[in-house]
Amino acid sequence: MSRKVRIAQLSCGPEYSGVQKEIYEAAESVDAEVFFPDIALADVERAVDTFGLDVRSADLKLMIARGKALVDGTVDADGVFIGTCFRCAEAAIVRNELRRYIHEHSRLPVVSYSFTERTTAGTLLTRMEALTTIAHRRALLAREEQTGITMGVDSGSITTKAVVMKDNEIVGTGWHPTTEVIKSAESAVADALEMAGLTREDIQAIGTTGYGRFLIGKHLGADLVQEELTVNSKGAVYLADHQRGSATVIDIGGMDNKAISVIDGIPGTFTMGGICAGASGRFLEMTAKRLGVDITELGPLAMKGMGVNVPMNSYCIVFGTQSLVNALAAGSSREDVAAAACHSVAEQVFEQQLQEIDIKEPVIMVGGTSLIEGLVYAMGQLLQTEIVVPPHSQYIGAVGSALLASGFIKGE
Amino acid sequence: MAKVFIYPATSLILSDLVARFGHKPLGAALGIRERIQTAGVDSPPLQITPEEPKRGLKYAAVEVPSGVRGRMAIYGPLIEEAEAAIIVTDADLAFGCMGCARTDELILFSLRQSGIPILELKYPANEEEGVQFVAAIKKFLDGLENGGET
Repeated sequence: MSRKVRIAQLSCGPEYSGVQKEIYEAAESVDAEVFFPDIALADVERAVDTFGLDVRSADLKLMIARGKALVDGTVDADGVFIGTCFRCAEAAIVRNELRRYIHEHSRLPVVSYSFTERTTAGTLLTRMEALTTIAHRRALLAREEQTGITMGVDSGSITTKAVVMKDNEIVGTGWHPTTEVIKSAESAVADALEMAGLTREDIQAIGTTGYGRFLIGKHLGADLVQEELTVNSKGAVYLADHQRGSATVIDIGGMDNKAISVIDGIPGTFTMGGICAGASGRFLEMTAKRLGVDITELGPLAMKGMGVNVPMNSYCIVFGTQSLVNALAAGSSREDVAAAACHSVAEQVFEQQLQEIDIKEPVIMVGGTSLIEGLVYAMGQLLQTEIVVPPHSQYIGAVGSALLASGFIKGE
Repeated sequence: MAKVFIYPATSLILSDLVARFGHKPLGAALGIRERIQTAGVDSPPLQITPEEPKRGLKYAAVEVPSGVRGRMAIYGPLIEEAEAAIIVTDADLAFGCMGCARTDELILFSLRQSGIPILELKYPANEEEGVQFVAAIKKFLDGLENGGET
């Protein structure tokens, strides 16, 4: 029996917010255990002095001391979970600086999260799963080449994607809106196989990811069922041909967004947001619908407009849509409104998530929204860098799954 | 016997001093014990559930972090119940601490607003100050209305 993955918890407030149990449950569900690094009381003030951040809250001082112990190697861990109360400014400073400090001075994967009393184990599951994957499956994540014939299926909240790969080439793709999870997957798989000219029997290994990964994985008899943080990181650097060194992966999804700081294809720090749909692909979908264009036409439309002409500064998808309607009623052009919507989503991701990871070039945008060129342009403007959108970027999860699944082919 | 809120609420030394001088200490031990003894609740380690931050809305607005509201759900009722309070400032971590500076501010403010007799002391830095510290606490407790002569 393999040893449980040990996740060090550095936190302030979860036990008083009533969510510590949720953290324990999320860890247990991915066969990991959460522990608090042991620190001598005398070491706390010393560690805070050395760290140089003069905070007043004792639990934050303890967080710093525990973080330093992990970096110094006096406490062993496989990953780090940093959690503090949502809306606490003092804690947010510590959370960010500690996350950066651990990332820069160790190889430990770190996830940071700000919780409320509404945080559930389900919310934390994907993050904990990613931590355990990075700790447990480093050898698998080191894979840089796809071999044999494999298939990857990404069951997302809006679309289901399937990819068939053969000898390091994508030979078939399928894409269907997610309605009934299994039916949508079956349709995407059928399209990918047909395009590849292959049958299910030809597939040597299958990997699944996305929200429906467990259900689809069971249905397809998948060899690998894995969360989308590690899979998408792997897929992104593979497609962008940047498997070594640092990179940043941004995936603005239908329901949540992922921002991942990657080193050699493995996530170092990552955030997974989703507090508000105003910063998601769903908002762009609603914008396209309101403008009477297909989502595929929104990007080119936005490129012709000037977003600054339309005030759109709400974080809420409902009020954001209202701003959009008001702007159209006031005579704004559809192009300007499309550009403003793209800028609004990019800005929210920039403000809420990209501040929590270290941006290192190249910045790779993936997922279906990466095809919306107005959004990519807006993100590039905000980050003052040229964004890389690799080919097949919309199939990122499926490609990452197919690539990693080849590690499960017999004899591999 | 008076009900005396202690700050830091987690201080066992302060709790013990109050009890030794014949009064009832109101602190973390009391608040947490009540929760741990509540049957049917399974929310380790303190048996605080997501309901507590909601109950804490009585003491702090919704934009105040959940950790502060959760703490206030424990300490707020004790402050309301208190007939006196002893506040020790600049305490060593080993003496007891509340963990959260924002909760500290709110608790101290609530105590000062309550109008109950309060003894505010600085944590002693040496043995001589320590003797004066205990003597001041004893004098304060002895002087409380209905206070217990030990």
